[in-house]
Amino acid sequence: MHIDYILHLADNALILGHRNSEWCGHGPVLEQDIAITNISLDLIGQARNFYQYAAAMKNDGSTEDSLAYLRDTREFKNCLLAEQPNGDWATTIVRQFFLSNHQFELYTELGKSSDAQIAAICNKALKEVTYHLKWSSEWVIRLGDGTGESKARTLKAVAELWTYTGELFIPAPYESASGVDTAALRSAWMSRLTEVFLEAHLPIPADTFYQSGGKTGLHSEHLGFILAEMQFMQRAYPNLVW
Amino acid sequence: MQVWKYERVIMDQKIIDILANVPDPEVPVLSVLDLGIIRDVVLPGDGSVEVVITPTYTGCPAMDVIATQIRMELLAHGYANIKIRTVLSPAWTTEWMSEEGKRKLKEYGIAPPLPKPQVSNTTLFAEETIQCPHCNSWHTRKVSEFGSTACKALYTCAHCLETFDYFKCH
Repeated sequence: MHIDYILHLADNALILGHRNSEWCGHGPVLEQDIAITNISLDLIGQARNFYQYAAAMKNDGSTEDSLAYLRDTREFKNCLLAEQPNGDWATTIVRQFFLSNHQFELYTELGKSSDAQIAAICNKALKEVTYHLKWSSEWVIRLGDGTGESKARTLKAVAELWTYTGELFIPAPYESASGVDTAALRSAWMSRLTEVFLEAHLPIPADTFYQSGGKTGLHSEHLGFILAEMQFMQRAYPNLVW
Repeated sequence: MQVWKYERVIMDQKIIDILANVPDPEVPVLSVLDLGIIRDVVLPGDGSVEVVITPTYTGCPAMDVIATQIRMELLAHGYANIKIRTVLSPAWTTEWMSEEGKRKLKEYGIAPPLPKPQVSNTTLFAEETIQCPHCNSWHTRKVSEFGSTACKALYTCAHCLETFDYFKCH
């Protein structure tokens, strides 16, 4: 398992978890505020496990904190989709559904990895990701098949985010040793998406030009702002721990 | 699936008594033994002790507190060389919760986890039927998949109208 791949898994979980945590105190209703921040907690927990493993593997004095809080944008390897702004509730839901759907397939495969620690982390996390997938699928249906307003917003969210979904299935060089066929995950991902979108009365998006670069450190401008906020404490007060 | 029974693993009654006094900080009626998060206790015989724990949920914020509390209790009982190790595999399941723990949860006002999941997790809009811990009615409905902690969902009872936490089957 390439260390950059473990960092990629960690960064995806951390950045999406951080984005979701921005909803804390701003959710549309209390129960969903609690739901989205619970999902944050699960994701940040996953990130910790991956960072701890990466730090042990690096064995150069790195810690989970230095990896999360002291790397700059070009060193982050998360997908562009994870760093996209929350927008309205529909945007957050669609982003979560795309990524939970992907994590579900990916962690199922990584759960069979010959790397025992990766398999342990992913099998553990898969139980939680299953809740996230169910929750976000139900919300896509609720919004897509809801009012004219909720449908319009969901369609807009899908239109804005679709271009970032291609990257999930384009392997970066460090993925070659992961034991998972990154591109092959797309068929199961599309079939679940089709099932949910049909139920939601949403059109299935067509193939388009797909943005990429996040996995190799070429990010949208949003990541810099995320890091500025997320890393503030560690940079202002060095050596704080989780 | 292997159902772990701590009585079979930990033979040392003194350790059992100590761990039975370490509460889960978020659901204090449950001890760490009731919760099923103690995976192993290693006593090499030289006075040292190693306790192996596993998190309920990946991001459970209580794990650090739990590890510290176990250490403090053991220190208070004269153990000096203490190691707390965390393992992730096999992943924790509510099947490891003790029957005593389930009874205590219900008394505390939290519906205990069902012995087995009733619905497939990927079935959309499916709800488990949960008994109200206050009035025992089965006439309840899910308010939210997520509750006050990672391990709970929120339900409401149509009979006594109380809203209650359900410790999710996991």
